[in-house]
Amino acid sequence: MLLHRSWGHLLVSFLFFLPLLTSCAGSEGSEAPVTTTIVNVGSDTMVNLALAWAEAYHELHPEVSVSVTGGGSGTGIAALINGSTDVANASRQMKEEERQEAEQQGDSPVEHVVALDAIAVIVNPSNPVDQLSIPQIADVYTGRTTNWQELGGDDRPIVLASRESNSGTYVYFLENVVRLGDSDSEDLFSPEALLLPSSEVIGLEVAQNPNAIGYDGLGYVTAAQKTVDVGVDQHGAFVPPSIETVNDGTYPIARPLYMYTSGEPTGAIKEYLDWIRSDEGQRIVAELGFVPLAGS
Amino acid sequence: MRTPTIPRDVNWREFFVEQLIRLTGASSIGFVLLIFLFLIREGTPALFEVPLSNLVGQRWYPTFDIYGLAPLVLGSLLVTVGAIAISLPLGVATSLFIGEIAPDWVREILKPAIEIIAGIPSVVIGFVGIQVVSPLVREFSGAPTGLTALTGVLLLAYMALPTIISIAEDALDAVPESYRHAAYALSATQWQTIWRVVLPAARPGIVTAVMLGVGRAIGETMTVMMVAGNAARMPLGLDAFLRPVRTMTATIAAEMGEVARGSTHYHVLFVVGLVLFLLTFVINLAAALTIFRRGRGGGGRFLA
Repeated sequence: MLLHRSWGHLLVSFLFFLPLLTSCAGSEGSEAPVTTTIVNVGSDTMVNLALAWAEAYHELHPEVSVSVTGGGSGTGIAALINGSTDVANASRQMKEEERQEAEQQGDSPVEHVVALDAIAVIVNPSNPVDQLSIPQIADVYTGRTTNWQELGGDDRPIVLASRESNSGTYVYFLENVVRLGDSDSEDLFSPEALLLPSSEVIGLEVAQNPNAIGYDGLGYVTAAQKTVDVGVDQHGAFVPPSIETVNDGTYPIARPLYMYTSGEPTGAIKEYLDWIRSDEGQRIVAELGFVPLAGS
Repeated sequence: MRTPTIPRDVNWREFFVEQLIRLTGASSIGFVLLIFLFLIREGTPALFEVPLSNLVGQRWYPTFDIYGLAPLVLGSLLVTVGAIAISLPLGVATSLFIGEIAPDWVREILKPAIEIIAGIPSVVIGFVGIQVVSPLVREFSGAPTGLTALTGVLLLAYMALPTIISIAEDALDAVPESYRHAAYALSATQWQTIWRVVLPAARPGIVTAVMLGVGRAIGETMTVMMVAGNAARMPLGLDAFLRPVRTMTATIAAEMGEVARGSTHYHVLFVVGLVLFLLTFVINLAAALTIFRRGRGGGGRFLA
């Protein structure tokens, strides 16, 4: 699917909502079976995962349906604050100002780590470069390194593929890779970087273009792209991204994925989150190429 | 002598319909005004929150409060000018072929075919662009990536074509047949008739066609967002067409969904919308003035 994913999901969820709304209105006072709907909005990185959870959970518990919409981590958290969603998905932690805004509304969001995600650095399969250190990747994305030759590759210009600035992955990658985790750093993505509207478009550009480098959640990498092994610096070990290396902490660009609820979850929402963190829920995490929580 | 009297209810109906038409006409002006006021209301706070030197700057990093609009405005202008440079000659030539040269049966096939092009959703054109046009652009131009301004220009030109062709063809159709007969009577060739008589007579309509084409190109969002790479670099220099570009429309579409309502970034996006609105307004105004000036010359000087 190449449609802007969040838009596609907006549409899908809209189509989902229509019958729900009418059935809600219709069931008032009648003897219709009680169904619970959990609204789940947020991170585009997590949208496929959240959909898979929602579908599997609905099969187990037909009385609960979860409606999943993308839009980005910020969208999800904003929706949680203004009360239009029960659960917000976020591929980054809530920002301080978001937490303050929530508290002003008398809301205290609770954070749940539901899976882990490794950010893979991907190149075209024809690219001979197999490993890069984080400082090298930072130089590439800030525009200090512009030719693959400087990294041991062919004499080709480097084309940077990035997510749009509203993506949680963009922010994470900027803070932890481009700025090397240094909070005083003022480094920014090079203005030459392509800001692509979805993970799929990044994957496509990298698959088609031998000059391109991209970054994306491990779950979105296919055989059409090649992941590079990443090292913390030039001297240490270079580690390929995989479920094992993320769980044992050796792969350096990995992050938790969050779900936020307003206040401690209760009832159907609590059961849903518990199920997500169960073996069964975590198996879906692995199936989609994300990294299951350790100890499950 | 009796004058026929009009029944009262017809009179009343006449009045009602007339008022309704007047209302719809006036409301279109009203809506434009309301949109403009809304943009101003949502956009002006940005002018107080962001220093002007920041807004006219050359870097667009909204996440870090760097709101230079220059690359976005130039990006939109670049793809629009490029698209019109391709679609204007092609579009007018096609309309001339359909209107003046083609035999009836060809015309009957071409007209609906072109109207079908106009109906292709922009996301589909973007999809074709990313899968087909962008790799071709990269291979043939040697550019580092196929997601370039040129890719956007080619697709926008394609999308502006049906608008230009249909309206230009209508304009040619409206040129009285007697003009052509007069030209032929003066032993002008078909080409001379087209170039010196029909085309000048249809000029106001063709200008309108081009303006609507410009509107289509500058306002198009989805296709450009998918194929132009969206890098907010300054599109200056000769290689600008072979580099990625970020337009105003793509910026609004990509970022509006994620900004916090009422934040500085939100207000700045409305400023972007305001600039876009003013730009199209100025273009339309310029077109209207051109038509007005030419129109006053009157007929009778076409063969001069």
